[in-house]
Amino acid sequence: MSTVTSIAIPSLALARRTLRGALRRPQFLAPLVIMPTLFLAINTGGLHRTTDLPGFPHVDGFLDFQLAGAITQSLLLGGVMQGIATALEIEGGFFDRLVASPIPRVSIVLGRILAGTVIAAAQIVWFLALGMIFGVSIHGGVPGILLVLAIGSLAGTGFAALGVLIALRARNASTVQGIFPLVFVILFVSSAFFPLALLQAPANWVAEYNPLSYVADGMRDPIIGSISVTPVLEGFAAAALLVAGFVGLAVLALRGRLRAA
Amino acid sequence: MIETVGLQREFGGGLKAVQGIDLAVAPGEVYGFLGPNGAGKTTTVRMLVTLLRPTGGHATIAGFDVASQPGEVRRRIGVALQEAALDLLMTGRELMELQATLHGIPRRTVAPRAAELIERVGLSQAAERRVATYSGGMRRRLDLAMALIHEPEVLFLDEPTTGLDPTSRTTLWDEVRRLRDEGTTVFLTTQYLEEADQLADRVGIIDHGQLVAEGTPAALKAEVGSPHLDITLLGEGPDAEAASRAVAPFGHLCATTPGAHVSLRVADGAAAIAPVVRALDEAGFTVEGIELVRPTLDDVFAEKTGHRLEGAEVAPPEAESESEAPVPA
Repeated sequence: MSTVTSIAIPSLALARRTLRGALRRPQFLAPLVIMPTLFLAINTGGLHRTTDLPGFPHVDGFLDFQLAGAITQSLLLGGVMQGIATALEIEGGFFDRLVASPIPRVSIVLGRILAGTVIAAAQIVWFLALGMIFGVSIHGGVPGILLVLAIGSLAGTGFAALGVLIALRARNASTVQGIFPLVFVILFVSSAFFPLALLQAPANWVAEYNPLSYVADGMRDPIIGSISVTPVLEGFAAAALLVAGFVGLAVLALRGRLRAA
Repeated sequence: MIETVGLQREFGGGLKAVQGIDLAVAPGEVYGFLGPNGAGKTTTVRMLVTLLRPTGGHATIAGFDVASQPGEVRRRIGVALQEAALDLLMTGRELMELQATLHGIPRRTVAPRAAELIERVGLSQAAERRVATYSGGMRRRLDLAMALIHEPEVLFLDEPTTGLDPTSRTTLWDEVRRLRDEGTTVFLTTQYLEEADQLADRVGIIDHGQLVAEGTPAALKAEVGSPHLDITLLGEGPDAEAASRAVAPFGHLCATTPGAHVSLRVADGAAAIAPVVRALDEAGFTVEGIELVRPTLDDVFAEKTGHRLEGAEVAPPEAESESEAPVPA
């Protein structure tokens, strides 16, 4: 069996198990879309006049602009869920079962992260469908939808890896829950909810270097206008950076944890 | 099959959970690792199954070092840890099939192998139910079946019957006996004397991280001494001294309670009962009761450690109420 196959088979089996579990525990999945949906509804209702501000990009409506922000927020919540689920597995001992089995260590991490990718895609579909039901027209058409799915799923993969990373370091679910709200601070100092040009210092300085800005703008571009190369490529690059960074750190955290055992 | 030399584990703060254990378990042997809570049983098992790194000494399973060749070790062992760590959202069948996949069992043989083991542990009726609905005994049986999915050379069972009702305990014991008959090496930790006595070919007694005694249950008990007869005489104030004189030729008198009881250590065991009763009868005594008391592993434990195995012969309170009834999800 090749190295790739020996990693892929257990990773996919563990991903499938995670997805089954997620579907059987709707109380875990529902908050991923409900909270951002409510946030989206409130923001759209209360801030729709901001589209008239000088410097605000040309959009059909505030909902069109906010959709990418809601998707990013939902994907971050997906990361929280994967982190909590991993921590619960560590606390409950199922993690030990995986460690005691003859699979590559990296599969233990990849299984959960891959499940995060699939759930992320489903979250994106939810918000795109919701947006279209309430009048958003995706200017990029089908290619635009596919681009939003690709950038978002990649970013969701990175957030899932971040959740796993935090769980491996924290080792218990309550600590994961306690740490993760800090991640949301990073979301609010990005261009996910408001255009970069309208943010004031120091928020705009942080937002300029914040990968979440590029992820949100990369998904927003095909929604609000024709597809532009720069924001889309920057979105892909930022999402890929998140994946590479957090998956790498999560694998290292697992190795460190096993070495320290 | 299992060999440890000076195996040690020290945790932060200088806590020495395992302090240099040497043991050797032969292929096909059931080895009972007996000790009270906190003695170091689970720490030892976790090192042997590659979940913990030894801080001293070394251990090999089937010839592979647990620290430097953990992958080879994992391929050869089955593990059922102290608390059945199962995914409660999955069904029994799904978990079995996942375990089979993780152990690299070819896809076409996964389902039949899982079904065979589910039937073997008596869970066929519950196989399609989520594990959350299983009772404690059913979860332990599923855990055992999962540990056997790849036909391991060595099976580690960490306190497999703790908290189980007597019926579930007996079912698990039968399964361990069957595994022994099939030639599987079993390393079983327990705090129950009866369990070690019933199942183990050899017993290692651990206390405060050290192996204090090792041998077959019979040999260990023989070390403590031969069995003794507890004799109760009928009547008000029988002459215990005269009774002692009557039974003295049959063994070593170890205790005489004024009035009614004589305790006699005998080498012949049950064979000494008839002559002793006859001698007492001829001396004019009426025997109200006579009991042959054999040394237990608890006596061995007490002899070796200076204290008794806490609660060893008493099932935990929850075991009394534990049943096969479904547990709400």
